[in-house]
Amino acid sequence: MDLLTELTILVLAAFVGFEVISKVPNTLHTPLMSATNAIHGIVLLGGLYLIGPAEGFLNELLCVIAIAFGTINVVGGFLVTDRMLEMFKRRD
Amino acid sequence: MYIATFLQDPDFIRSLYIVAFALFIIDLRLMNHPRTARRGNVIGAIGMGIAVVATLLIESVTDYGLIVLGIAIGTAVGIPAARSVKMTAMPQMVALFNGVGGGAVALISFVEYREALAIGANPELEALIPMLLAAIIGSVSFWGSNIAFGKLQEVLPGRPIQLPGQVFINIGLLLVCVVCATVIASGTESEGLFLLILIAAAVLGNMFVLPIGGADMPVVISLLNAFTGLSAAAAGLALDNVALIVAGMLVGASGSILTLLMAEAMNRSLANIFKGGFGGGGTAAADSEGKSVRSTDPADVAIQLAYASRVAVVPGYGLAVAQAQHTVRDLAKELEKRGVEVNYAIHPVAGRMPGHMNVLLAEADVPYEKLREMDDINPELAQTDVSLVIGANDTVNPEAGMPIIEVGSSGSVIILKRSMNTGFAGIDNPLFYEENTALLFGDAKESVQKVLKEVEAL
Repeated sequence: MDLLTELTILVLAAFVGFEVISKVPNTLHTPLMSATNAIHGIVLLGGLYLIGPAEGFLNELLCVIAIAFGTINVVGGFLVTDRMLEMFKRRD
Repeated sequence: MYIATFLQDPDFIRSLYIVAFALFIIDLRLMNHPRTARRGNVIGAIGMGIAVVATLLIESVTDYGLIVLGIAIGTAVGIPAARSVKMTAMPQMVALFNGVGGGAVALISFVEYREALAIGANPELEALIPMLLAAIIGSVSFWGSNIAFGKLQEVLPGRPIQLPGQVFINIGLLLVCVVCATVIASGTESEGLFLLILIAAAVLGNMFVLPIGGADMPVVISLLNAFTGLSAAAAGLALDNVALIVAGMLVGASGSILTLLMAEAMNRSLANIFKGGFGGGGTAAADSEGKSVRSTDPADVAIQLAYASRVAVVPGYGLAVAQAQHTVRDLAKELEKRGVEVNYAIHPVAGRMPGHMNVLLAEADVPYEKLREMDDINPELAQTDVSLVIGANDTVNPEAGMPIIEVGSSGSVIILKRSMNTGFAGIDNPLFYEENTALLFGDAKESVQKVLKEVEAL
C-alpha cells in the first residue's frame, strides 16, 4: 500500500478516535483507559509478522519477548477491563 | 488446497483486518454507557482475536513453535496478574500493561531494522522514518510506564525527583534521539546508532516521569497510553499493516483527549505537569500553625447523619485503601431506610485515576445513578446537610489548585481521616480548620463501622 493511502487512513482513524471518545462519561474513564490500553496490544501482530523471516538467535529471542509483551498487554488489558465493567451491571 | 490458498490470500487477510478494526470502533462506541460497556469490551476482544488469527494465516508467518512460546509466556503472566490485581491497584496495573505494549513496539522496530540490515541495506524512507519514531516513542513509553508503576506502587518515592537543569537534560536526550535518527534516515547503516536511540529514549522515559509528583500520575499514565498507541500506529506504517495503523491511531487520539480532560479536571496545564514538582509538599503547612481542628466521635456523627435529610458521601483514595466501600454502602442503606437521601460526590480524579472511585463503589453494589459527578453535585451541596468526606483530602482541598468538591458550602462537614498528614499532593488543607468541620480520626473502615452501629442503635 502506498504511503499516502496509509496516511489517509491514519488521519481518518484519528478523527474517529476523537469523535468516539469525547462522549464517554467520567464514570467510565478508568475502564476506557484500560480498554484502549488493551487495543494497542495489537502490536502483538508486529511480533508475529517478523518472527518468520527473523534469523539468528537474538532476533528470534527479541521477537519472542515482543510477542510475550504484546500478549500480556492484550490478555491482561481485556481481562482487567472486563473485571472493572462487571461491577457496573444493573441491579434491581 | 483451494481453501488453503483462499485463506492465505492477502486480500482475505486484509478483509479480516477491516472486520477487526471495525469491531474496535464499536467497542469504543459501546464504552459510552455503563450498560453496554462490558459488551463493548468483549467485542473488542473478539476483534483482537480475529486480527491475530488473520496474521497467523499470512504465508510468511511461520515459526509456530516460537509463536506459541511467546503467547504462552504472555498468557501465563497476563491472566494471573489481571485476575489477582486489587481494584485499588488498578492504575499501576494499567501502567504496567501499557509499558509492555510500548516495550513490544520498541523491540519490533529494532528487529525490523536488524532484519533490513541483514538483507543488506537501510529500509526505504517511508518504512524507516515510522520505524525510528516507533522505536523512540515505544522506548519512552516502556520506561516511563515502569516509573509510573514504581511511584504508584510506592516502590519509588511518590514525591518528585528532580535534577538541576532537568529540562535541559531532557531536551538533550531528545536531541540525541532526533540527531541519531536523522543520521540513519540520511543513509547511514548502523545498528549501534539505532541502539543508542533506544537507550537515549529509555533514559528520557525515566527522566520525564521521575520529576512528576504522585498526584499528577493519572495524567501521565493516560499520556503514555496515548504514546503507545501512536508508536503502534507508526509501527503499522513501517510494517504496512492497516490493523496496526487504525487501532494504534484510535488509541493515540482517544488517549490524548482523555489526557486533556484529566488535566482540565485538575486545573493543571500539561506544561505545568511536565515541568514537575506538584505533589512535593513543603509548600504549605506554614499557615496552619496555631489553628486547631475539632474532632468528633462516632455517636455524634451518627446523630448528624440520621437526622439529616440530605447527605453527600465524598469518597477518596483512603476509602479504597481501607477497603471501606462495602461498609459505606451498608451505612448509606441504613440511612436511606430512615428517609435520608444519600448521594456520592465523585471528583474526577478521586482515587488515583478518573473513574477509579466509580469502579470501587460499583464493586460494592452502589447503583451508578447515585454516583454524581463533581460539576453535577457541587450546586446541590449548599442544600446538603452533611458532607461525609471519607479518606479524601486533595479533592476537597481549597488550596489544591484544582476544581474541588465544594463540601464547605454544605451545612456541616465530617472528615474521616487516619491522621493529620497532608494528602497525596502534600498540601495542607484549610478546610480542616473551618468552624463547620469536624474530624473523626481512625481507619476509614473501622470508623464507618462504628458510625453504622451507632445509627442502627438510634
